[in-house]
Amino acid sequence: MGRRIGLMGDEAVAYAVKQCDVGLVSAYPITPQTIMVERISEYVANGEIDTEFVCVESEHSALSVCVGASLSGLRVFTATASQGLALMHEVLYAASGLRCPIVMAVANRALSAPLNIHCDHSDMMGSRDCGWVQVFAENVQEAYDWVIQAFKIAEHPDVQLPTVVNLDGFTLTHCMEDVEVLEDEDVKKFLPPRKPIYWVDPKQPMTFGAWAMPNYYYKFKLQQQEAIMRSLKVVKEVGEEFGKLTGRRYDTLYGYGLEDAEVAVLSMGSTSGTIRYTARRLRESDGLKVGALKLWLFRPFPEEDLVSTLEKVKVLIVLDRALSPGAVFGPLGSDIASLMVKHGLDFKLLNYTYGLGGDEVTPEMAEKLFKLGLKVAEGAKPPSLTGYVREVV
Amino acid sequence: MSKYDVVMGAVITKPRTSLENKTGSWRTRRPVVDVEKCVNCLLCWIYCPDSAIMRLEDHIAINYDYCKGCGICAEECPRKAITMVEEG
Repeated sequence: MGRRIGLMGDEAVAYAVKQCDVGLVSAYPITPQTIMVERISEYVANGEIDTEFVCVESEHSALSVCVGASLSGLRVFTATASQGLALMHEVLYAASGLRCPIVMAVANRALSAPLNIHCDHSDMMGSRDCGWVQVFAENVQEAYDWVIQAFKIAEHPDVQLPTVVNLDGFTLTHCMEDVEVLEDEDVKKFLPPRKPIYWVDPKQPMTFGAWAMPNYYYKFKLQQQEAIMRSLKVVKEVGEEFGKLTGRRYDTLYGYGLEDAEVAVLSMGSTSGTIRYTARRLRESDGLKVGALKLWLFRPFPEEDLVSTLEKVKVLIVLDRALSPGAVFGPLGSDIASLMVKHGLDFKLLNYTYGLGGDEVTPEMAEKLFKLGLKVAEGAKPPSLTGYVREVV
Repeated sequence: MSKYDVVMGAVITKPRTSLENKTGSWRTRRPVVDVEKCVNCLLCWIYCPDSAIMRLEDHIAINYDYCKGCGICAEECPRKAITMVEEG
C-alpha cells in the first residue's frame, strides 16, 4: 500500500514521472502546466532522478526533442497546455506516425483569443485526430495514476503509440489533494524498462522518418489505426493490473447509477466529479433515476463499453468542454451521435457545451440538467438539443 | 499482427537501400551534357542537390539512376553545356 501526501495536480504528474524512470524530459513551461516542469527540473537538479532535462525555446522544439529521444529508445515525457499544444500540432502527428511511445501531460486550458488561462478542452480537441491515445483525469489522484499507466499503455508491444494524459487546468493542476502515491519499488515492478522495437543505433543503421509514396502511405496510416484500436484492450488490462496493485481499478469509462438510470450525463475531466456528486444526491435524497458517466478514454473511443453501458438510458446529455464552431454537435456529442447511428442505439441525445475558459458547471447547474433530462424522458420537448449549459438551464 | 505488410513507423531497417531504390525514375526531363562544351568547372557538381553529377577525367556525366531532373545544373552551367530534354 502506498503513502498519502498532499499534491497539486502538476506536482502529482511530476511525482509520477519521477517514479517512472524516465530517460529524457523536454518541455517548455506554460500556465497551467508550469509547475510540472519546475518540479521535474528540481528533481533533476537535485540529483533525485537520472533523467536528461532538455531546455528548449518552444513547444514545437520540446516535442521534436522528445521524438528524437524516443527514437533512440529512451522513455520520454513532456507536458504542455493550450497554445503550447497548438504549437506542437504538426509534431504530434510525427510522434504517432513514427510510433514513439512518448507520454505527455496536457493541463487543459482555453485557446486565445481572447486570452484566457483557465480550463476547457479546446486544446486537446483541436488536436483530437493526432493519433495519440488520449485519457482524461477527473482528479489529482487519477492524474497521478494515469501517468504511470500511460507509459505502460504507450510502450506495450501491441500499441507503440504516444499517449496523452489530460488534466483540467487549475481545477486539477493547482488544487492540492490527498494523493495516495505508490512506493518507488512498486512502480518499478509495474513498469519495467522500455523495450524499444526499433531504435537509432550507429552499430545497426536504420532510417527513421522516411517518406512514403501513395502506394505505401495509406498502409502505414491504417497500420497505425490498427495499433490504436489494439490499445483499447491494453488500456483495460493495464487498468486491471493497476487496480490489483493499488485498489484503484481503471477502465475506459466509469459509470454511476447506470444500471437503472433513465437520464445520464456524460462528461470528461474534473466536471465528472460534480456530475456524479449531483447524481448521487438526486438518487439518494429524491430517488431520481439519474446516472453519471465519466469517459476516461477518449481515443480510441470505447465503442463497445459505451454501447453496453448506455443500454437502458432514455436520455443522454453529453457535455462538451470545447466549442466546435459551426458544427452540428461538439466533439464528444458528435462521437456519441456516430455511435448511435453505427450501433442503432435508441435514446434521446442532448449535447451541450460548457465550461469554456474556466466557466465551471456548478452542482446547481448539474441538478437543472438532470431535471431537464427527466422531463425529456417523460416526453417533454427540450428548449434545444444543443447550446451552452449556462444558457440552457 | 498487422494486416499490412509494412514496417511499423515506416522504419527502413537496413542501410543503403538507396542502391535498390533508383529515384531517377521520378524524372520528367533529363539533363544532357555536351562534352565538347564542358570545361569540367564542376559548378554543376557543387549545385546538384542529389549528388548525381559524376566527375570524369575531362568532363562531367550525369548519373541517371539518381538524377531527378530538377535542371539546376543546366541553369548554373556557365558554358551552357547542359540541356534539359523531355523524357520519354
